[in-house]
Amino acid sequence: MTALTLAETIIAAHAGLEAVVPGQIVVAAVDVAIAQDGTGPLAIEQLEELGVASVKAPTCVFFIDHAAPAPRRELANAQKTIRAFCASSGATLSDVEMGVCHQRVVESYAKPGDLVIGADSHTCMAGALGAFATGMGSTDVAVGMASGQTWLRVPETFRIEVTGELRDGVEAKDLMLTLIGDLGADGATYKALEFGGPGIVALPMPGRFTMSNMAVEAGAKAGLMPSDATTREFLVGQGREEVWRPLAADAGAAYERVVRLDARAIVPMVAKPHTVDNTAPAAELKGARVDQVLIGTCTNGRLDDLRSAARILRGRRRAPHTRLIVTPASQAVARAAAAEGLFDVFWDAGAVVTNPGCGACVGIHEGILADGEVCLSTANRNFHGRMGNPEASIYLGSPATAAATAVAGEITDPRELL
Amino acid sequence: MSEELLRGKAWLFGDDISTDHIAPGRLFHLRTDLPALAEHVLEDARPEFAASLAPGDFVVGGRNFGLGSSREHAPRIIKLAGAGAVLAQSFARIFFRNAINVGLPVLQCDTSGIGEQDELEVDLSAGEVHDLTSGAVIRFVPLPPVMVTILNDGGLVAHVKAHGGFALPQG
Ligand code: SF4
Repeated sequence: MTALTLAETIIAAHAGLEAVVPGQIVVAAVDVAIAQDGTGPLAIEQLEELGVASVKAPTCVFFIDHAAPAPRRELANAQKTIRAFCASSGATLSDVEMGVCHQRVVESYAKPGDLVIGADSHTCMAGALGAFATGMGSTDVAVGMASGQTWLRVPETFRIEVTGELRDGVEAKDLMLTLIGDLGADGATYKALEFGGPGIVALPMPGRFTMSNMAVEAGAKAGLMPSDATTREFLVGQGREEVWRPLAADAGAAYERVVRLDARAIVPMVAKPHTVDNTAPAAELKGARVDQVLIGTCTNGRLDDLRSAARILRGRRRAPHTRLIVTPASQAVARAAAAEGLFDVFWDAGAVVTNPGCGACVGIHEGILADGEVCLSTANRNFHGRMGNPEASIYLGSPATAAATAVAGEITDPRELL
Repeated sequence: MSEELLRGKAWLFGDDISTDHIAPGRLFHLRTDLPALAEHVLEDARPEFAASLAPGDFVVGGRNFGLGSSREHAPRIIKLAGAGAVLAQSFARIFFRNAINVGLPVLQCDTSGIGEQDELEVDLSAGEVHDLTSGAVIRFVPLPPVMVTILNDGGLVAHVKAHGGFALPQG
């Protein structure tokens, strides 16, 4: 029997084959297909073009999260189209109050071993559950929803072998920024990243989600984690224990490249404007003034992330010149954060706590930057213009780094405030 | 597409041109009005581009063209604005696949010697770009057969409609 990587195992199972090899083109069955309010209307147009009245893939979900609730008439109209399509086609609607698609997918829809396609590039986040999850365009997703199938080129796999555990004040975000800085923004283009080793076994689910989420920032097609006891515990917490199954790569699987990282050696990192691979230790950027801090997004808007920020913000206030925005990733996250008093910590620290969703991440609303302003965000992208203004600059960092930066008003290594 | 000869001028863009350069999030509300969005195509990289390109002109990028979001609006508005093809040293995966799905030729080749406003001729069947200004001949990486099939059928939706499902060269 051929030894397969995690990506090959899942793709082969969905293509009805014993084994697949990198470069092979397969047609595979889709378990979960998703779109959001930015890509959904175009997917619906394509579904109509295909003459499809009802969707065929087992789980099809449209999320209204990017511009939620609608800040303008055009967007309200687009969202109306999505609601109407869901009502008539059998697709599920995740409406404005529910939160970011990728967080909702792992909370409620994706399972270990699934093939997930999504009209959003960070669909790869569900890979942390041991799924093959990949971002595509509206047309590919429309065809996936309509036919229950998609075509794939089997990717080569990079094994990311992590040893050691992260030190206090250092987070999965720092590990991933370090990796992307090493690989480069196109270092893993067309590849699957497969994370493993003792450092990953020790990593809680929220950190795994952050890392899989950002696989695409190295160009990767997917970012997969094994499905293990930690995965099971997460699914139990979601009331979905029955969907868990163990999943790992075969021993002896062939990797195009093996990258080794020692988690103990990682320090708080930031990505500097305007690319994610433009990384540096946070400590080296001391003195860089920041006008706005955003804590949230699908990358780092989970309960653990909010706890990590609150740990630093408790009993402190933001710097007078630094606005602080906290956007929980989902309603479930917001509910849990409120229940444990985290919102009070944020309000006392001078934060705006917004509704769950994408919030300010993609420059539509809820925190657009002014000309010449600088933001430090816990998001996954710092491209030119990303937060609504091409005359602004964005740094990326962990929730702890973001909280410390809000307090100091300049980029700060969070370990200074622990 | 295999018989086509494309001709136009080169518009140079650098490395890492993202989908935020091509179709920025601040214009999210125009995503359901592609002709209006196309008036802003690549605006955050070269503000003058959308208003000044002639039909058939080429977008010429460096490394990792189209990185970022899955927004298919990006290749759609490059095509809608009248560009004949995108040439780049390398492409981000989702953009590349989207471009083929919507029928925009994307050609991977060494663009480093192409000058601003050079007159280019692209011979799709020969796999060559002729830089008529410099006289250079640049070969591009042939598209995989699966993508040639989709492009020849007029995009993915047309492919699926014509065959009642996927009919792709596998292997
Ligand atoms: S939070 Fe940001 S990166 Fe995540 S899905 Fe929303 S817009 Fe995309």
